[in-house]
Amino acid sequence: MRLSLTRAAPALTLLALLGPVAAGLLGTVAPAFGLLPALGADELSLDPLRALLGWPGLSRAVLLSLFTGLAATALSLALTLLICAGWQGTRPFRALERALSPLLSVPHAAAAFGLAFLIAPSGWIARLIALPLGWHRPPDLLILQDPWGLSLIAGLVVKEMPFLLLMSLAALPALRPGQSLATAQALGYGRVSGWIKTVLPRLYPQICLPVYAVLAYSLSAVDVAMILGPGTPPPLAVQVLKWMNDPDLALRLQAAAGALLLLGLTLAALGLWRFGEAALARLSARWLVAGGRGHAEQFWRALGLALGALCAALVLLGLAGLAVWSLAGLWRFPELLPQGWSLRSWMRYGPDLLSLFARTLLIAAASSAIAMLLTTACLEAEQRHGLRPGTRALWLLYLPLLVPQIAFLPGLQVAGLLTGLDGTLAAVIAAHVVFVLPYAFLSLSDPFRALDPRYAAVAHALGKGASATFWRVRLPLLLRPLLTAAAVSAAVSVGLYLPTLLIGGGRVPTLTTEAVALASGGDRRVIGVTALAQTSAAFLPFALALLIPALVWRNRRGMRHGA
Amino acid sequence: MFRRLMRQSLPLSLAATLASAGFAAAETPNAQVDPADWPAVLAEAEGQTVYWNAWGGAENVNAFIDWIGDLAQEQYGVTLEHVKLSDTAEAVSRVLAEKGAGKDAGGAIDLIWINGENFAAMKRQGLLFGPWSEELPNWQLTDPETNAALTADFTVPTSGMESPWGMAQLVFYHDTARLPEPPRSMAALAEWAAENPGRFTYPQPPDFLGSTFLKQALIELTPDPEVLSAPVTEADYEAATAPLWDWLDALTPNLWRQGKAYPQNAQRMIQLMADNEIDIGFEFNPNAASNAIANFQLPESVRSFVLDGGSLGNASFVAIPYNANAKAGAMVIANLLLSPQAQARMASPDELGFGTVLAMEKLSDDDVRLFDEIPVGIATLTPEELGPTLPEPHPSWMEKLEEGWTARYGVAP
Repeated sequence: MRLSLTRAAPALTLLALLGPVAAGLLGTVAPAFGLLPALGADELSLDPLRALLGWPGLSRAVLLSLFTGLAATALSLALTLLICAGWQGTRPFRALERALSPLLSVPHAAAAFGLAFLIAPSGWIARLIALPLGWHRPPDLLILQDPWGLSLIAGLVVKEMPFLLLMSLAALPALRPGQSLATAQALGYGRVSGWIKTVLPRLYPQICLPVYAVLAYSLSAVDVAMILGPGTPPPLAVQVLKWMNDPDLALRLQAAAGALLLLGLTLAALGLWRFGEAALARLSARWLVAGGRGHAEQFWRALGLALGALCAALVLLGLAGLAVWSLAGLWRFPELLPQGWSLRSWMRYGPDLLSLFARTLLIAAASSAIAMLLTTACLEAEQRHGLRPGTRALWLLYLPLLVPQIAFLPGLQVAGLLTGLDGTLAAVIAAHVVFVLPYAFLSLSDPFRALDPRYAAVAHALGKGASATFWRVRLPLLLRPLLTAAAVSAAVSVGLYLPTLLIGGGRVPTLTTEAVALASGGDRRVIGVTALAQTSAAFLPFALALLIPALVWRNRRGMRHGA
Repeated sequence: MFRRLMRQSLPLSLAATLASAGFAAAETPNAQVDPADWPAVLAEAEGQTVYWNAWGGAENVNAFIDWIGDLAQEQYGVTLEHVKLSDTAEAVSRVLAEKGAGKDAGGAIDLIWINGENFAAMKRQGLLFGPWSEELPNWQLTDPETNAALTADFTVPTSGMESPWGMAQLVFYHDTARLPEPPRSMAALAEWAAENPGRFTYPQPPDFLGSTFLKQALIELTPDPEVLSAPVTEADYEAATAPLWDWLDALTPNLWRQGKAYPQNAQRMIQLMADNEIDIGFEFNPNAASNAIANFQLPESVRSFVLDGGSLGNASFVAIPYNANAKAGAMVIANLLLSPQAQARMASPDELGFGTVLAMEKLSDDDVRLFDEIPVGIATLTPEELGPTLPEPHPSWMEKLEEGWTARYGVAP
């Protein structure tokens, strides 16, 4: 029974997703080539593409998207590796880990708002300078929305670096980095260069999928880009959303063409990244074995720690700023704190948001449970039956991450309508699975595949069958990555706005749909309330993911961090 | 097999939830609703649930919709659910998707708060139900003869496909503590900006408010405003807009951030005002400054003003999608919005502060008293001070203006 079930898992998973994904893609490709029957557009044409190419801001928007996406990904990755290389297994590292993990549960938009309030010319940092100098007016400086998108890159890095760090932490223990480091250091290598030469080459293949996900996300992030990014022109994803939301319905065809271009851009950026990987591997092949013992070790260590702490500080201070805003009466430049305090914003919006907490968490629990189930079953099938061909097709799972959400969803919505499911809780959960599953898969697949097969061999030798091996050996060994994947999945589900609204038809309100609608009024007090509410909802699964292994393995030193 | 695994691994309660997930709206065939037969509409509406899709970013609007919901429940047995949107386009997308999927009845949206551009698009695509609005009993309390904004939305005839509920107007605000005497014309504004660089900006078109600002400037600067009421032609466009572009070319270097960045919407502009980054703001709502003061967003020294020669204004409407599930209930809500009780509450600066769409001479003395008792908002202008309302140009002008603006200022060289 169960044997055939795991055999069928990849097929089942693909089936569960292929329909929505195909519908979603069709909903993008068809309008891009002039087909949108609901608008009476039923002739194949290249007009939408022509209109897109005729938009004067196109080349700049494309360059901006590529630059911000690649730069944010490269910086996030470099910072993650620098922190791991310099500090993994030390006390400051654990402190940093504890400080960074909650950052994952801060919604992107909230983190961006918080950061904006810190670094704006009229923001908190500027006020610290303004008060002693007696400025009454903030300087007219282009810090936010700067034309190169530097603020946007910063906003992406502070959110993506913790994600990559978490993914690395999930993958590290199986690599037993402590032993490699001890050996390298015994041979006289510095800490950082020893780690980079012995651990990184084995770690990177395990976190490359999350890195690709970060790259795809950074290219298509809309909310962060609207808050921090330039507007003249904006990155391509923002412009696509603007066309999508334009009252002129004919622009939806152009938006679909733009979405298709964005998809192409994402694939091109991924290709470029892979090319960079290969080039770097080739260039570093000699360096790895040339025997250099590293220099400026202390500088790199200090830099990694300082930048990691800075990221944590920026998000946490931004969140603190939003918390103060949520309690603020009148608060003007250059005051450091509000003139008056008031619970009014919480009284007004708190009850509304609280009433949606249970449903939000139910949807998150259900969708991440289904996603984890399918993911684990697929990976187990791979282990037991060597169903590589079946799983190779699983790259399709990543499509929802690659296709810009705004363009993918109308098609998905039509699919929901055709099945008659939409507007129900079940439909919303199913839609969430589509977006949650890729994250579950990319969080879990590498640690799962990297697990030393000799554990299973020993179990089999001791007379345990496949399922006992799974339940009693593989699962406990993978507890940490499993919980991490579940937490990431649940947090993704909590944060989903458009899929919930579109598939729910407005009849399945969640914390996030309510929060985004309320925050669209732009009052920082309201944004503060909604951001804290969303953060607390997403924080719960992460807290559990950190807490459970600590409790379960309190007597198993080797299961912690592979220190 | 698969199902069994699901059962084993999901908590029972969850499996039960998934099995009986949510509720599917009962589809009542209501193609036969005749708005002219009002008693029949009321009878059908009783017990219906109306999903009103409206922007949820303003607390006072949300509270007003809640109040309307209580009233509808009390008086007509209609349940009102406010589906909060961050953008009206989300509702338009929804109806479009339903049409694409062939769901021509039992749609998820019964009522939309809508404005000119979205209305024009939905009407053109046959996404709206109607005509119905001029059959509402309370339509008799309005005077479309004198208020053209009730029957033409952005110059597009409403044709009974949408029902008005509030009047809005372009109103500027300034902090009297920082700027006692604001400029009151576009020409004066440009001079003031030259003397005070970096202290004025406008939302980036095609944001609705940013485009409204462009139109307001165009009406003042164009040699012959008459051409704006007809669809735009190439020849007209060049001649009519040349002075506007000259004026903007001169203004742009003196804008906030030298015009290299713009706030994305009206809300962002209020924040800039609060952060002392700009000295003049504006909003398409006469009550905006009072609301912001009440919400602690702006100091009490802020006041409103209008430009000489009148301001652009139009009505807010509600419309019913062609495939709405509770058309009768939606009409009852629209009629309730036109009742003197609701209109007087809406017009109060403590609530929304929108102008009423009712004509005082058509109301009973008791009803007129409701309006006489409306308090004056701290930073809200009286109807006399608001001055004349300028008619909107034809929508085609707005599209061309937005394109022209984007090509000139919206994409960095």
